[in-house]
Formats: sequence, C-alpha cells, structure tokens
Amino acid sequence: MSPDEFLPILQARFPEVEFRLDPLNPQALKMSASGVPEVFSWLRDAPEAAMEYLEFSTAVDHPPDCLCMVYYLYSYTHRHRLALKVDLPRQAPTVPTLSHLWENADWNEREIYDLFGVFFSGHPDLRRLMMPEDWEGHPLRKDYSHPNLTPRPD
Amino acid sequence: MMRQFPANPDLTVEEFELNMGPQHPSTHGVLRLVLTMDGERVVRCKPVVGYLHRSIEKMAENRTYTQVIPVTDRLDYCTSMTSNYVYVMAVEDLADITAPPRAQYIRVIMSELNRIASHLLWYGTFALEVGATTPFIYGFRDREKVLDLFESTCGARLLYNYLRIGGVSRDLPEDFSERMLAFLDEWEPLIREYEDLLDENPIFYNRTRKVGFLSPEKALAYGVSGPNLRASGMARDVRREHPYAVYPELEFDIPVRTEGDVFARYRIRMEELRQSARILRQCAEKLPKGPYLEPQPLRMVLPEGETYVHLESPRGDIGCYLVSQGKDKPYRCKFRTPSFCHIEVFQHLVRDCLIPDIMAICASFDVVLPETDR
Repeated sequence: MSPDEFLPILQARFPEVEFRLDPLNPQALKMSASGVPEVFSWLRDAPEAAMEYLEFSTAVDHPPDCLCMVYYLYSYTHRHRLALKVDLPRQAPTVPTLSHLWENADWNEREIYDLFGVFFSGHPDLRRLMMPEDWEGHPLRKDYSHPNLTPRPD
Repeated sequence: MMRQFPANPDLTVEEFELNMGPQHPSTHGVLRLVLTMDGERVVRCKPVVGYLHRSIEKMAENRTYTQVIPVTDRLDYCTSMTSNYVYVMAVEDLADITAPPRAQYIRVIMSELNRIASHLLWYGTFALEVGATTPFIYGFRDREKVLDLFESTCGARLLYNYLRIGGVSRDLPEDFSERMLAFLDEWEPLIREYEDLLDENPIFYNRTRKVGFLSPEKALAYGVSGPNLRASGMARDVRREHPYAVYPELEFDIPVRTEGDVFARYRIRMEELRQSARILRQCAEKLPKGPYLEPQPLRMVLPEGETYVHLESPRGDIGCYLVSQGKDKPYRCKFRTPSFCHIEVFQHLVRDCLIPDIMAICASFDVVLPETDR
C-alpha cells in the first residue's frame, strides 16, 4: 500500500487524529501528535499493514517553532513502506515513546533526545546516547552553537 | 543483591559490575560494556557507545552535496564504497539523475568487491575472538589483493571517495576485468580452505553452536538486517527486496540458515563470499562500454524534497534519509546504519552467557563502531 491508500483507512479508523499527504515526501503521511502511539500500534498489528519493522526514527529541526519527528516503517510481509511525520512544538517537544512496540525505538529515541532534545514520555531509560552525559545543548538543532563550531568558508 | 552461597551458608555472594572496554581488543573500535556479573554469568549488559561520534550528520549540513561524499567514507571504514553509494543514491533520487549503465555496473562491482574485503576482515577478526590465529593471516592476505584492485581504480586502499553524483570519479583501468577475474580464479577455491580451518574444529564448533541465539521475531523487532537476519531464517536482502542498480539483471542466491546462532552467522558470510564472486563474474562479462559519469556541477542545487533510499551493505540494510530545501547543501542527512541496531540487540543476547561468549557473540554480529556512532 502507498501513503495515499493508507490515508482513507487511517482517517476512518482514527477520526480524532489529523492525517494528510506530505507534498515533499511521496513516502510519507503527516499526522498530529495525538495519534502517537495508537496509530503505530495499529500499523504494527493490523494484518493489512503489518509494519513489523521500524527502519529508523529521527527528527528534523525547522526553526523557529517546529520540530518534526520522522518514523519510517516497513513491512516485510507486504513489502510496503510508510513514513509518518509528526510536527512538535520546538520549545518543548514531547511525544510518547514507541519503545514498547519496536525494541530498536529505544536507542533511536535516546539518540533523538540527545541530539534534538525531544522528550519521550514513558521511555524506560532516557539518557544521552552519543554525547557525554554532562553535555549542554542539542547539537543537531539548527541554532546550536559551540566555540569549536565555525561555519565552513565557501 | 546479596544472597547466601548455596554450598557454604557462612558465605554470601553478590553481583558485581565489570567494565569491558572502551579499549578492549575484542570490541572492534571503542565500545564500552558495563556488565553486571553473578560469578561467571552475565546478568545485565549495558553497552555505552558514542566514543567515535564525529557528528557526521551535522557535518553534512555544512557541506555542499559533493563535499559530503568523502565524509560518508568515514561512516564505515571497512566498506566505504557502499556508504558512498547510499548517499550518492539518495542525491540522485532527489535530483532525478540516472547514472550511465557502465557506472551502474562499476558501482555493483565495487560494492561486491567491498563485500568480499569486509567479510574477509570479519572472518579474520572473528576467528581471533574465538581463539584461532591462523584465519586472521589468511583473511588479511587475501583482503590485500582486493585492496590492490581498489588502489588501481581510485588510488585509495581504505577510504575511496570513488563514487560521484551521476557516476564514478574515473573509469576502471584497462586491464581491470582481467585482473579481477584472475583474482577470483585464484581466490575462490580458497574459501573452501577458510572453512576447513574452522568448520570442523571442535573448539570452534563448541564455542559457536547454540551460542547467542536470535529468533526471527526478536531480530525484526530490533531492526536487525543483513547476514545476521538471514542467519535467523529470514531470506531478506535489499538486493532482492528492492533491487537497485543492475542487480535485477544478475543471478545470485540469498543464503539463509535457520539456527540463528553464532555458527549460522559465520556460515552465511562464507556463502556470501561465493555469491559475491558469482556476481562479479557476471558483471565482468556484461560490463558495457560507454561513459562512466554524467558530469554534474560541483555546487549542485537540489530541488526541494525528501527521500529515503537504502541498499545492502556487507553489514546489512544501510539507508540515507535526505532532506533538501532547494539549497546547495543538505538540510538534513540521516544515515540509518545496521550496526546501530546490532549493538542494541546484542546486549539482550549476552544475558546468562559467560564472558568469553560475549566476545564470540559481539564478533559474530560484525559490528563496526564508527558506523554506530556516526
């Protein structure tokens, strides 16, 4: 199934969650944060979706006020892929964890917490993964600054 | 947790913490394992990664699309060609460029040669981990010959920076096919020799059979891919699942085993060596003439958009998620690396194992730390 085939099914199943196609990414659907984690749980378990594989999750920083979570799901059963994008407020980005659905979400979310500062509610062990524990700031944010970080000359 | 020692009630036993690494010979790079031990048995294992974090994703945001290619070399130093490839593939997908057929073949040749080089390096170090020294010499001896082929093609032996957006940086040397076929003729019978060194060795057998069992369900939930997934009974390979480049025109098998243990992961890689040789022979035969590069401007501007592409690296499913905002630099460039998932699953497999088993299990996953930390 492609995202435009998923769209009506998901809209019918989760009327309270907003879904729309993403004009920039033909593999993706945009959804509101209220659907996490129920939509994911359904996508994993429903036989027509069967997304048993979380390829990765990551975030993209869009200053000044949006931070976008990106999840890439894949089904080996049906060989289809779906990306879900969730916009979060950049000042205090919080989203429920998916680590109870896919085990590899655990470290993916720790990395996102570390590098983007997204807080995952319900995560069993939310610590920094890449940076030292006492590091300040979240390096992959666009406005991150550090004395050793200078723009590359053209 | 304190408890009484069953054999002698006057004594108490308690769990203790043991640090393995970050500088440990069996952790292939810089991986620290915090082990909670009950006597000789592992109760918990917490890997600590990030010692090799070079912020490759942040660096990519600061460079033009062409300048990112040498950075991807450093993603995984054992298989730079496939790291180059996945990034170049993402850019080409966004810019809607198709590399000329000759370049597609050259890329496949390079990926498969790199798979051989990477598996040989793995074979040597894996055998070292379980206590056999000779395979290391064999593996490295033959890997050198593959590196010679790379050196004659792009001048580098480890970090190739060979692929370009729209093709490859230079054509193959004139006698490349002959030299590659000569190497294959000489080397392919040696795979049997590698296996003879380990397969029926009782020490090796006992240390690898039924150790580190990974079920297919667990493997999927943890995002395991590549040879490690195929050793757990799932015939999944990106080259088959989502064929890219010229793979649909080539004949090869996907080796699968169902045991899911260390031994199965070793056997899968040995079979993959043979399949890579088979692919290379077909490529040498079919390699078309023509241009090897469709030149692109050095400072190319990509249209606004996002893409995710992936391919089969020697370690598994490597992917690149690229976001462009219509500038000459990537807005976001995320690499999905197989080793990242493999370390995470590995911590759950070592429960109730002995310390020497940790090394065997860790090595059997072919984890490369620079790829985990990026």
